Amino acid sequence: MPTLRDVKKRIRSVISTRQITKAMEMVSAAKLRRAQARVMQVRPYSEKMTQILESLAAASTGELSHPYFEKREVKKQTLVLITSDRGMCGSFNANLIRRAQEWLAGKDKDKVELVLIGKKGYDFYKRREWPIAGKFMDWSGNLDYGRARDIVEFLTGRFLKKETDEIVIIYTMFISTVRYKLTTVRYLPVEKPKVDEIQHGRIEYIFEPSPENIFTELLPRYALTKMMTSLADSFASEHGTRMIAMGAATKNAGEMIDTLTLQYNKARQAAITKELLEIVSGAEALRS
Amino acid sequence: MFTLSIVTPEKIYFEGEVSSIIVPGSQGYLGVLTDHAPLITAVNPGKLTVKDKSGKEFILAVSFGFFEISSNHATLLVDSAEHLPDINPDRARQSLERAKQRLAEHRPEIDSGRAQRSLERARNRLRILREMKG
Repeated sequence: MPTLRDVKKRIRSVISTRQITKAMEMVSAAKLRRAQARVMQVRPYSEKMTQILESLAAASTGELSHPYFEKREVKKQTLVLITSDRGMCGSFNANLIRRAQEWLAGKDKDKVELVLIGKKGYDFYKRREWPIAGKFMDWSGNLDYGRARDIVEFLTGRFLKKETDEIVIIYTMFISTVRYKLTTVRYLPVEKPKVDEIQHGRIEYIFEPSPENIFTELLPRYALTKMMTSLADSFASEHGTRMIAMGAATKNAGEMIDTLTLQYNKARQAAITKELLEIVSGAEALRS
Repeated sequence: MFTLSIVTPEKIYFEGEVSSIIVPGSQGYLGVLTDHAPLITAVNPGKLTVKDKSGKEFILAVSFGFFEISSNHATLLVDSAEHLPDINPDRARQSLERAKQRLAEHRPEIDSGRAQRSLERARNRLRILREMKG
Protein backbone atom coordinates (compact mmCIF):
# COMPACT_ATOMS: atom_id res chain seq x y z
CA MET A 1 0.00 0.00 0.00
CA PRO A 2 1.59 3.29 -1.07
CA THR A 3 1.68 6.02 1.52
CA LEU A 4 -0.48 9.10 1.33
CA ARG A 5 2.42 11.28 0.33
CA ASP A 6 3.45 9.00 -2.52
CA VAL A 7 -0.02 8.97 -3.99
CA LYS A 8 -0.32 12.73 -3.71
CA LYS A 9 2.98 13.19 -5.49
CA ARG A 10 1.89 10.94 -8.32
CA ILE A 11 -1.40 12.74 -8.71
CA ARG A 12 0.44 16.02 -9.02
CA SER A 13 2.81 14.68 -11.64
CA VAL A 14 -0.02 13.18 -13.68
CA ILE A 15 -1.90 16.47 -13.54
CA SER A 16 1.04 18.38 -14.96
CA THR A 17 1.52 15.75 -17.65
CA ARG A 18 -2.11 16.16 -18.59
CA GLN A 19 -1.61 19.88 -18.88
CA ILE A 20 1.26 19.35 -21.29
CA THR A 21 -0.52 16.82 -23.46
CA LYS A 22 -3.62 19.00 -23.51
CA ALA A 23 -1.58 21.98 -24.68
CA MET A 24 0.14 19.87 -27.33
CA GLU A 25 -3.19 18.61 -28.54
CA MET A 26 -4.45 22.12 -29.01
CA VAL A 27 -1.30 23.29 -30.74
CA SER A 28 -1.49 20.33 -33.11
CA ALA A 29 -5.13 21.05 -33.84
CA ALA A 30 -4.27 24.59 -34.87
CA LYS A 31 -1.33 23.43 -36.97
CA LEU A 32 -3.42 20.70 -38.52
CA ARG A 33 -6.01 23.22 -39.67
CA ARG A 34 -3.33 25.20 -41.45
CA ALA A 35 -1.66 22.14 -42.93
CA GLN A 36 -4.97 20.73 -44.07
CA ALA A 37 -5.89 23.96 -45.81
CA ARG A 38 -2.50 23.83 -47.48
CA VAL A 39 -3.11 20.30 -48.77
CA MET A 40 -6.46 21.32 -50.17
CA GLN A 41 -4.89 24.31 -51.90
CA VAL A 42 -2.00 22.45 -53.46
CA ARG A 43 -4.07 19.57 -54.75
CA PRO A 44 -6.09 21.34 -57.45
CA TYR A 45 -2.91 22.84 -58.88
CA SER A 46 -1.18 19.50 -59.11
CA GLU A 47 -4.28 17.83 -60.51
CA LYS A 48 -4.58 20.42 -63.26
CA MET A 49 -0.92 20.05 -64.00
CA THR A 50 -1.21 16.29 -64.36
CA GLN A 51 -4.18 16.88 -66.63
CA ILE A 52 -2.19 19.17 -68.89
CA LEU A 53 0.66 16.69 -68.89
CA GLU A 54 -1.71 13.97 -70.01
CA SER A 55 -3.26 16.15 -72.69
CA LEU A 56 0.19 16.94 -73.98
CA ALA A 57 1.20 13.31 -74.09
CA ALA A 58 -2.06 12.31 -75.71
CA ALA A 59 -1.92 14.99 -78.34
CA SER A 60 1.69 15.19 -79.29
CA THR A 61 2.61 12.95 -82.18
CA GLY A 62 6.28 12.13 -81.79
CA GLU A 63 7.94 10.32 -78.94
CA LEU A 64 8.18 12.64 -75.98
CA SER A 65 11.64 13.00 -74.66
CA HIS A 66 12.97 14.93 -71.74
CA PRO A 67 15.84 14.15 -69.35
CA TYR A 68 13.28 13.60 -66.56
CA PHE A 69 11.72 10.78 -68.55
CA GLU A 70 14.98 8.99 -69.16
CA LYS A 71 14.83 5.41 -67.98
CA ARG A 72 18.26 4.00 -67.36
CA GLU A 73 19.51 0.69 -66.16
CA VAL A 74 19.09 1.08 -62.40
CA LYS A 75 22.54 0.96 -60.85
CA LYS A 76 21.70 3.21 -57.96
CA GLN A 77 18.42 4.00 -56.27
CA THR A 78 17.64 6.89 -53.98
CA LEU A 79 15.08 6.60 -51.24
CA VAL A 80 13.55 9.82 -50.01
CA LEU A 81 11.93 9.29 -46.63
CA ILE A 82 9.70 12.02 -45.25
CA THR A 83 9.29 11.74 -41.47
CA SER A 84 8.49 14.30 -38.80
CA ASP A 85 11.05 16.32 -36.89
CA ARG A 86 9.48 15.65 -33.53
CA GLY A 87 7.98 12.69 -31.81
CA MET A 88 4.85 12.41 -29.69
CA CYS A 89 2.81 11.43 -32.69
CA GLY A 90 1.98 7.82 -32.00
CA SER A 91 3.22 5.28 -34.49
CA PHE A 92 3.60 7.81 -37.31
CA ASN A 93 7.37 7.65 -37.67
CA ALA A 94 7.59 3.99 -36.68
CA ASN A 95 5.25 3.13 -39.56
CA LEU A 96 7.24 5.18 -42.04
CA ILE A 97 10.53 3.70 -40.94
CA ARG A 98 9.10 0.19 -41.09
CA ARG A 99 7.99 0.84 -44.65
CA ALA A 100 11.46 2.15 -45.50
CA GLN A 101 13.08 -0.89 -43.90
CA GLU A 102 10.87 -3.16 -45.97
CA TRP A 103 11.88 -1.29 -49.09
CA LEU A 104 15.55 -1.52 -48.20
CA ALA A 105 15.43 -5.16 -47.19
CA GLY A 106 17.54 -7.33 -49.44
CA LYS A 107 19.04 -4.40 -51.31
CA ASP A 108 22.76 -4.01 -51.75
CA LYS A 109 23.98 -1.07 -49.69
CA ASP A 110 26.27 0.09 -52.50
CA LYS A 111 23.29 0.40 -54.79
CA VAL A 112 21.05 2.57 -52.65
CA GLU A 113 21.32 5.89 -50.91
CA LEU A 114 19.03 7.77 -48.56
CA VAL A 115 17.75 11.30 -48.56
CA LEU A 116 16.10 12.04 -45.25
CA ILE A 117 13.55 14.74 -44.76
CA GLY A 118 12.68 15.16 -41.08
CA LYS A 119 14.77 14.50 -38.04
CA LYS A 120 13.21 11.24 -36.91
CA GLY A 121 14.21 9.44 -40.04
CA TYR A 122 17.71 10.80 -39.80
CA ASP A 123 18.02 9.78 -36.15
CA PHE A 124 17.12 6.26 -37.11
CA TYR A 125 19.42 5.94 -40.10
CA LYS A 126 22.45 7.92 -39.03
CA ARG A 127 24.01 4.91 -37.32
CA ARG A 128 23.00 2.34 -39.85
CA GLU A 129 24.78 0.86 -42.82
CA TRP A 130 22.88 2.70 -45.55
CA PRO A 131 24.68 5.68 -47.05
CA ILE A 132 22.97 9.03 -46.55
CA ALA A 133 23.19 11.34 -49.54
CA GLY A 134 21.32 14.26 -48.05
CA LYS A 135 19.24 15.43 -45.15
CA PHE A 136 16.70 18.21 -44.78
CA MET A 137 15.62 18.79 -41.21
CA ASP A 138 14.00 21.27 -38.84
CA TRP A 139 10.84 22.10 -40.70
CA SER A 140 8.86 22.57 -37.50
CA GLY A 141 5.91 21.21 -39.40
CA ASN A 142 5.64 24.12 -41.80
CA LEU A 143 5.84 23.87 -45.54
CA ASP A 144 8.45 26.21 -46.92
CA TYR A 145 8.35 26.81 -50.66
CA GLY A 146 12.01 27.78 -50.92
CA ARG A 147 13.19 24.72 -49.03
CA ALA A 148 10.97 22.43 -51.09
CA ARG A 149 12.67 23.88 -54.14
CA ASP A 150 16.09 23.19 -52.64
CA ILE A 151 15.14 19.55 -52.23
CA VAL A 152 13.88 19.34 -55.79
CA GLU A 153 17.04 20.95 -57.12
CA PHE A 154 19.15 18.57 -55.10
CA LEU A 155 17.26 15.50 -56.30
CA THR A 156 16.94 16.47 -59.94
CA GLY A 157 20.59 17.51 -59.92
CA ARG A 158 21.66 14.06 -58.75
CA PHE A 159 19.43 12.42 -61.30
CA LEU A 160 20.65 14.52 -64.21
CA LYS A 161 24.30 14.03 -63.23
CA LYS A 162 23.55 10.29 -63.28
CA GLU A 163 24.53 9.93 -59.64
CA THR A 164 21.30 8.07 -59.19
CA ASP A 165 19.06 6.31 -61.66
CA GLU A 166 15.81 6.12 -59.80
CA ILE A 167 14.31 8.19 -56.99
CA VAL A 168 11.55 6.84 -54.79
CA ILE A 169 9.64 8.75 -52.11
CA ILE A 170 8.07 7.21 -49.03
CA TYR A 171 5.57 9.55 -47.40
CA THR A 172 2.10 9.59 -45.90
CA MET A 173 -0.85 10.65 -47.96
CA PHE A 174 -3.28 12.67 -45.90
CA ILE A 175 -6.84 11.34 -45.96
CA SER A 176 -8.45 12.74 -42.85
CA THR A 177 -7.45 13.72 -39.33
CA VAL A 178 -7.53 10.12 -38.21
CA ARG A 179 -6.34 8.52 -41.41
CA TYR A 180 -3.30 8.60 -43.60
CA LYS A 181 -1.94 6.21 -46.14
CA LEU A 182 1.68 5.11 -46.31
CA THR A 183 2.70 5.71 -49.88
CA THR A 184 5.70 4.61 -51.90
CA VAL A 185 5.94 6.44 -55.19
CA ARG A 186 8.52 6.84 -57.92
CA TYR A 187 9.66 10.42 -58.26
CA LEU A 188 12.19 10.24 -61.06
CA PRO A 189 12.23 9.28 -63.88
CA VAL A 190 8.76 10.71 -64.29
CA GLU A 191 6.25 8.10 -65.34
CA LYS A 192 5.16 8.83 -68.88
CA PRO A 193 1.44 9.48 -68.88
CA LYS A 194 -0.43 6.54 -70.30
CA VAL A 195 -2.08 7.23 -73.59
CA ASP A 196 -4.68 4.84 -74.85
CA GLU A 197 -6.17 4.79 -78.32
CA ILE A 198 -9.40 6.57 -77.47
CA GLN A 199 -7.64 9.32 -75.63
CA HIS A 200 -5.26 9.78 -78.48
CA GLY A 201 -7.87 10.91 -80.93
CA ARG A 202 -9.97 12.80 -78.43
CA ILE A 203 -8.83 16.38 -78.65
CA GLU A 204 -6.69 17.97 -81.30
CA TYR A 205 -4.85 20.63 -79.40
CA ILE A 206 -3.02 23.58 -80.85
CA PHE A 207 0.34 24.05 -79.16
CA GLU A 208 2.14 27.29 -78.70
CA PRO A 209 5.09 26.81 -78.82
CA SER A 210 5.65 23.15 -79.76
CA PRO A 211 4.66 20.34 -77.34
CA GLU A 212 8.36 19.67 -76.76
CA ASN A 213 8.94 23.24 -75.66
CA ILE A 214 5.97 23.18 -73.35
CA PHE A 215 7.26 19.95 -71.87
CA THR A 216 10.58 21.54 -71.08
CA GLU A 217 8.73 24.25 -69.20
CA LEU A 218 6.23 21.96 -67.59
CA LEU A 219 8.31 19.11 -66.22
CA PRO A 220 10.48 21.03 -63.73
CA ARG A 221 7.31 22.58 -62.38
CA TYR A 222 5.69 19.20 -62.25
CA ALA A 223 8.61 17.86 -60.21
CA LEU A 224 8.34 20.75 -57.79
CA THR A 225 4.59 20.42 -57.44
CA LYS A 226 4.88 16.71 -56.74
CA MET A 227 7.38 17.38 -53.97
CA MET A 228 5.19 20.13 -52.54
CA THR A 229 2.16 17.88 -52.41
CA SER A 230 4.12 15.06 -50.78
CA LEU A 231 5.43 17.43 -48.12
CA ALA A 232 2.06 19.07 -47.54
CA ASP A 233 0.44 15.65 -47.16
CA SER A 234 3.12 14.46 -44.75
CA PHE A 235 2.87 17.52 -42.54
CA ALA A 236 -0.89 17.34 -42.37
CA SER A 237 -0.74 13.63 -41.48
CA GLU A 238 1.87 14.34 -38.82
CA HIS A 239 -0.22 17.00 -37.11
CA GLY A 240 -3.36 14.90 -37.37
CA THR A 241 -1.67 11.88 -35.80
CA ARG A 242 -0.11 13.98 -33.07
CA MET A 243 -3.44 15.56 -32.24
CA ILE A 244 -5.07 12.14 -31.91
CA ALA A 245 -2.17 10.73 -29.86
CA MET A 246 -2.19 13.70 -27.51
CA GLY A 247 -5.97 13.55 -27.18
CA ALA A 248 -5.71 9.93 -26.11
CA ALA A 249 -2.90 10.77 -23.70
CA THR A 250 -4.96 13.53 -22.13
CA LYS A 251 -7.90 11.17 -21.70
CA ASN A 252 -5.70 8.49 -20.16
CA ALA A 253 -4.18 11.00 -17.78
CA GLY A 254 -7.69 12.01 -16.71
CA GLU A 255 -8.61 8.41 -15.98
CA MET A 256 -5.40 7.91 -14.08
CA ILE A 257 -6.06 10.96 -11.95
CA ASP A 258 -9.50 9.56 -11.09
CA THR A 259 -8.12 6.18 -9.97
CA LEU A 260 -5.31 7.80 -8.06
CA THR A 261 -7.67 10.22 -6.33
CA LEU A 262 -9.83 7.30 -5.30
CA GLN A 263 -6.79 5.51 -3.98
CA TYR A 264 -5.70 8.63 -2.16
CA ASN A 265 -9.11 9.08 -0.52
CA LYS A 266 -9.22 5.45 0.50
CA ALA A 267 -5.75 5.67 2.02
CA ARG A 268 -6.69 8.87 3.84
CA GLN A 269 -9.88 7.30 5.16
CA ALA A 270 -7.93 4.24 6.28
CA ALA A 271 -5.46 6.46 8.10
CA ILE A 272 -8.22 8.35 9.88
CA THR A 273 -9.93 5.13 10.89
CA LYS A 274 -6.66 3.79 12.17
CA GLU A 275 -6.01 6.88 14.25
CA LEU A 276 -9.50 6.82 15.70
CA LEU A 277 -9.06 3.19 16.62
CA GLU A 278 -5.82 3.99 18.32
CA ILE A 279 -7.33 6.86 20.31
CA VAL A 280 -10.36 4.82 21.31
CA SER A 281 -8.37 1.79 22.32
CA GLY A 282 -5.92 4.04 24.18
CA ALA A 283 -8.78 5.65 26.12
CA GLU A 284 -10.24 2.20 26.82
CA ALA A 285 -6.91 1.05 28.18
CA LEU A 286 -6.64 4.07 30.51
CA ARG A 287 -10.15 3.67 31.85
CA SER A 288 -9.75 0.04 32.86
CA MET B 1 -19.47 32.45 -72.31
CA PHE B 2 -16.97 29.93 -71.03
CA THR B 3 -15.57 28.91 -67.67
CA LEU B 4 -12.19 30.08 -66.52
CA SER B 5 -10.24 28.81 -63.55
CA ILE B 6 -7.07 30.51 -62.45
CA VAL B 7 -5.08 28.10 -60.29
CA THR B 8 -1.92 28.99 -58.39
CA PRO B 9 0.06 26.74 -56.04
CA GLU B 10 -1.43 28.69 -53.14
CA LYS B 11 -5.08 28.47 -54.04
CA ILE B 12 -7.73 28.51 -56.71
CA TYR B 13 -7.56 32.18 -57.42
CA PHE B 14 -10.65 32.47 -59.55
CA GLU B 15 -13.29 30.18 -60.94
CA GLY B 16 -16.28 31.32 -62.95
CA GLU B 17 -17.94 32.33 -66.18
CA VAL B 18 -16.25 34.89 -68.39
CA SER B 19 -16.97 36.22 -71.84
CA SER B 20 -13.43 36.87 -73.04
CA ILE B 21 -9.85 36.91 -71.85
CA ILE B 22 -6.50 38.09 -73.16
CA VAL B 23 -3.67 35.81 -72.10
CA PRO B 24 0.04 36.72 -72.07
CA GLY B 25 1.24 33.65 -73.95
CA SER B 26 4.92 32.95 -74.43
CA GLN B 27 4.53 33.76 -78.13
CA GLY B 28 2.60 36.97 -77.52
CA TYR B 29 -0.76 38.06 -76.20
CA LEU B 30 -3.72 36.07 -77.42
CA GLY B 31 -7.39 36.78 -77.14
CA VAL B 32 -9.70 33.92 -76.24
CA LEU B 33 -13.44 33.95 -76.88
CA THR B 34 -16.14 31.33 -76.49
CA ASP B 35 -15.72 28.16 -78.61
CA HIS B 36 -12.00 28.63 -78.99
CA ALA B 37 -10.18 25.70 -80.54
CA PRO B 38 -8.41 23.43 -78.02
CA LEU B 39 -5.10 25.04 -77.16
CA ILE B 40 -2.22 24.60 -74.78
CA THR B 41 0.35 27.32 -74.41
CA ALA B 42 3.07 28.44 -72.04
CA VAL B 43 2.42 31.70 -70.23
CA ASN B 44 4.96 34.40 -69.51
CA PRO B 45 4.65 37.19 -66.95
CA GLY B 46 2.24 39.77 -68.25
CA LYS B 47 -1.15 41.33 -68.09
CA LEU B 48 -4.20 39.14 -68.06
CA THR B 49 -7.40 40.86 -69.08
CA VAL B 50 -10.63 39.17 -68.10
CA LYS B 51 -14.02 40.37 -69.28
CA ASP B 52 -16.94 38.99 -67.30
CA LYS B 53 -20.54 38.37 -68.39
CA SER B 54 -21.59 41.99 -68.00
CA GLY B 55 -18.59 43.22 -69.97
CA LYS B 56 -16.73 44.48 -66.92
CA GLU B 57 -12.98 44.26 -67.27
CA PHE B 58 -10.52 42.95 -64.69
CA ILE B 59 -6.78 43.33 -64.98
CA LEU B 60 -4.46 40.83 -63.32
CA ALA B 61 -0.72 40.47 -63.18
CA VAL B 62 0.26 36.85 -63.76
CA SER B 63 3.66 35.16 -63.86
CA PHE B 64 5.02 31.99 -65.46
CA GLY B 65 2.69 29.12 -66.15
CA PHE B 66 0.44 27.42 -68.64
CA PHE B 67 -2.88 27.98 -70.28
CA GLU B 68 -5.20 25.31 -71.56
CA ILE B 69 -8.62 25.52 -73.16
CA SER B 70 -10.86 22.79 -74.52
CA SER B 71 -14.63 22.58 -74.92
CA ASN B 72 -15.16 25.95 -73.28
CA HIS B 73 -13.17 25.11 -70.15
CA ALA B 74 -10.16 27.31 -69.72
CA THR B 75 -7.50 26.73 -67.11
CA LEU B 76 -4.73 29.11 -66.32
CA LEU B 77 -2.03 27.48 -64.24
CA VAL B 78 0.38 30.14 -62.98
CA ASP B 79 2.91 30.64 -60.21
CA SER B 80 1.11 33.75 -59.05
CA ALA B 81 -1.85 35.91 -59.99
CA GLU B 82 -2.69 39.30 -58.55
CA HIS B 83 -5.66 41.51 -59.13
CA LEU B 84 -4.56 45.03 -60.03
CA PRO B 85 -5.76 46.74 -56.81
CA ASP B 86 -3.84 44.14 -54.76
CA ILE B 87 -0.46 44.86 -56.31
CA ASN B 88 1.85 46.57 -53.90
CA PRO B 89 4.06 48.99 -55.86
CA ASP B 90 6.63 49.33 -53.08
CA ARG B 91 7.11 45.62 -52.79
CA ALA B 92 7.39 45.24 -56.55
CA ARG B 93 10.01 48.00 -56.67
CA GLN B 94 11.94 46.40 -53.82
CA SER B 95 12.04 42.99 -55.42
CA LEU B 96 13.06 44.59 -58.72
CA GLU B 97 16.02 46.21 -57.00
CA ARG B 98 16.93 43.03 -55.18
CA ALA B 99 16.82 40.96 -58.35
CA LYS B 100 18.89 43.51 -60.27
CA GLN B 101 21.48 43.54 -57.52
CA ARG B 102 21.65 39.77 -57.44
CA LEU B 103 22.14 39.55 -61.18
CA ALA B 104 24.85 42.22 -61.07
CA GLU B 105 26.84 40.43 -58.38
CA HIS B 106 27.48 37.28 -60.42
CA ARG B 107 28.09 35.17 -57.37
CA PRO B 108 28.21 31.44 -58.04
CA GLU B 109 25.83 30.50 -55.24
CA ILE B 110 23.09 32.67 -56.69
CA ASP B 111 20.68 30.95 -59.00
CA SER B 112 20.68 33.39 -61.90
CA GLY B 113 17.64 31.78 -63.48
CA ARG B 114 15.64 32.37 -60.33
CA ALA B 115 16.81 35.97 -60.06
CA GLN B 116 16.01 36.56 -63.72
CA ARG B 117 12.50 35.26 -63.23
CA SER B 118 12.01 37.36 -60.14
CA LEU B 119 13.20 40.37 -62.11
CA GLU B 120 10.70 39.71 -64.86
CA ARG B 121 7.87 39.28 -62.38
CA ALA B 122 8.64 42.57 -60.68
CA ARG B 123 8.99 44.39 -63.99
CA ASN B 124 5.68 42.99 -65.11
CA ARG B 125 3.87 44.23 -62.01
CA LEU B 126 5.32 47.70 -62.32
CA ARG B 127 4.58 47.88 -66.05
CA ILE B 128 0.96 47.01 -65.48
CA LEU B 129 0.66 49.56 -62.71
CA ARG B 130 2.13 52.24 -64.96
CA GLU B 131 -0.13 51.37 -67.87
CA MET B 132 -3.21 51.54 -65.73
CA LYS B 133 -2.35 54.87 -64.20
CA GLY B 134 -1.51 56.57 -67.49
